Amino acid sequence: MKFLPLVWKSLWRRKVRTLFTLGAIFVAFVLFGLLMTIRTAFTFGVELAGQDRLVLIHKVSLIMPLPITYQQRIQSVEGVDLATHQSWFGGVYQDPSNFFAQIAVDPGDHLEMYPEYELPPEEVTAWLADRQGAIVGRVLADRFGWEVGDRIPLQATIWQPRNGTWEFNIRGIYDGDDTVDRTQMFFRYDYLEENRADGEDLVGWYIVRVEDPARAVELAAQFDQMFANSPAETKTTTERGFLDGFAKQIGDISAIMVAIVTAVLFNILMIAVTTMAQSVRERTNELAVLKTLGFRDSSVLSLVLAESLFIALLGGGLGLGLAWLIVQGGDPTGGLLAIYTLPMRDLVIGTGLAITLGLLAGLFPALAAMRLRITDALRRP
Amino acid sequence: MVCWSRQTVAITMLNLRTIHQRLSTSAVAIVGIAGVVVMLVAVLSIAQGFQAAMQGTSSPLRVIVMRSGADTEMTSGLDGEEVDVIRQAPGLATDRDAPLASAELYVLIDLPKRSTGTPANVPMRGVEPGVMQVRDHVSIVEGRMLNFGTNEVIAGVAASGQFVGLDLGATLMSGQQTYQVVGLFEADGGVSETEVWADARILQDVYSRGNSFQLVMARLESSAAYDTFRNWLTSNPQLEVQVQRETAYYAAQSQTLSTLIRTIGFTIAALMGIGAVFGAILTMYTTVASRATEIATLRALGFNAGSVVTSVLVESLALGVVGGAIGGTVAYVGFNGYQTSTMSFQTFSQVAFAFQVTPSLLGAGLLYALLLGLVGGLLPAIRAASQPIPAALRAL
Repeated sequence: MKFLPLVWKSLWRRKVRTLFTLGAIFVAFVLFGLLMTIRTAFTFGVELAGQDRLVLIHKVSLIMPLPITYQQRIQSVEGVDLATHQSWFGGVYQDPSNFFAQIAVDPGDHLEMYPEYELPPEEVTAWLADRQGAIVGRVLADRFGWEVGDRIPLQATIWQPRNGTWEFNIRGIYDGDDTVDRTQMFFRYDYLEENRADGEDLVGWYIVRVEDPARAVELAAQFDQMFANSPAETKTTTERGFLDGFAKQIGDISAIMVAIVTAVLFNILMIAVTTMAQSVRERTNELAVLKTLGFRDSSVLSLVLAESLFIALLGGGLGLGLAWLIVQGGDPTGGLLAIYTLPMRDLVIGTGLAITLGLLAGLFPALAAMRLRITDALRRP
Repeated sequence: MVCWSRQTVAITMLNLRTIHQRLSTSAVAIVGIAGVVVMLVAVLSIAQGFQAAMQGTSSPLRVIVMRSGADTEMTSGLDGEEVDVIRQAPGLATDRDAPLASAELYVLIDLPKRSTGTPANVPMRGVEPGVMQVRDHVSIVEGRMLNFGTNEVIAGVAASGQFVGLDLGATLMSGQQTYQVVGLFEADGGVSETEVWADARILQDVYSRGNSFQLVMARLESSAAYDTFRNWLTSNPQLEVQVQRETAYYAAQSQTLSTLIRTIGFTIAALMGIGAVFGAILTMYTTVASRATEIATLRALGFNAGSVVTSVLVESLALGVVGGAIGGTVAYVGFNGYQTSTMSFQTFSQVAFAFQVTPSLLGAGLLYALLLGLVGGLLPAIRAASQPIPAALRAL
């Protein structure tokens, strides 16, 4: 501990170089943080999806509707905890570029299915009492400046209204941690059913919660068997599998971006490592002087390691911190990315990476310094 | 003046000729800059390729009629009577008195992607016999056109390449329906190549659409006839439709994804640029430091500070050029023409496209590399020129 001032002094021996090394590491870790955020966004937070939920869609395609009567049949299967339906509305708010998801649900079942959605009890009551009521995610509400009580008109694209236009009263704003998609709007299926000109008794897809996640795959097969050879055959996957499949549809674009950036990141880190190693080599005879003064090999080793670890952790920590701050600032595309968060797991990985970097950069010069023979070192210019 | 420029040229040439002695440090900077250029060019080539596929083959002569309010072909719906009215609109090109208009369905079919085996939403278009005249950029390259009234389908070459089950002669299963793939078609690299085409009447049954369609694709007799055609339709009290040129429709469809890709690409490239500049600065500092004595000797011989600054800057720019050239080459070789498919955010349907590394993208990459080299060389150049001569010489 008492040698900290010495570490500090030798760090700033060459101010500019240390600053730029810090800068390079800093930028590399900001990049790393943003990259992980983008990766999570493009996989639709697949790692974060519920384990015990299944998604049941029409076998031909997601866009094909299913009869509402399936709900009873699914619910009655042994091992099913809860079955609820969702329907894509696809309305336009003011302008098509204001895209966000609107989904018709059964409000009671919906809130029970997704306990991770935080909604104040009085807002739950208000939603259950208003057929035209809707709840919106916090991110969505902030995007358009909506508040509870606002009336939102949506222009239909799929479901033409029987009477007038589609209008919804915001009865609640749901929140949740970063893993919850807070860019969606949920409204009541009974309003959709009452006011749509056609498509009676049809829903988009089903979400099924099973009692035992271990039986999920088996139950999925059972559902598909149940509806086989009917006019509307189904395909059931786990919620995770469904999101994963959806993400894979975006294709290898994100994978390619991640690969290229990783390569560059590695390169920046290599620059930092070589620079840090070089700064130790330059001071070979100073280290020899320390040893002459009676510093043990191990102290020299830890002095050098402390220096490189300090740079790596400071640069890396600041970088990850800034990345986190940027992500808190919100999605630059204005709400296209449903999940926009820097997962804690990646922060931990980042910190680990910074420590590895510091050790790697310091280890070889530190070992060389430790094994240094004083006479050889002092003889060098 | 002449003297100054001769000095500058002399030192600069000296620097450039001795770069190979500093190969390892220079290589680090070059690789750093090259990496940034690869990243920038590759990401922009994704956006470029996607946009080209979506818009490239659009014709100003083709118009798309959808229900008003519908934002995509997918969400539109027109019933049989409306389609009959649309066919009577003035301004349509005709073939033996029949208007060139194809009433179509646009649905999705779930097929596994070849690369991952995971399901993909492949667009399936129900077409009428007149479709080849309306969409005249489409041509059958293998097999034959489908026979209407049967469950035969033809597949775009991109769809056939990207998804399982669309080989020529294959039998395609979808739910309880089976289709025969009897032909493959090309559409000048356009978005249609990702589609599977079937008889609209067959799809109406399979997707329980009664006698309704989703859109009418029509061909105008001339580009100027657009207003007549549009006004007639939009003012017709029997219809509630919107009319768009195909070019405008696809430009809007491709906007969201290309904007998203470009935003991400530029942000990352900017950040990586900062990292690469730091790399270049560190490299040039090392270079300057290792040549401190040499530079001091030159200055003691009477070379002025300006020529030293210029020489370091030129060396740094050279690193930028080399890095930019390598990066551009890697991006071109590695990514140009790379076939992939992604999902359109508007219709959730697949669009196959090829990355396009265009000369303008390569130019942009090289410019960025030069900028990085210039910024990276600035501080070290000043350092080189401002070193006190006696101190530097004493270090000998």
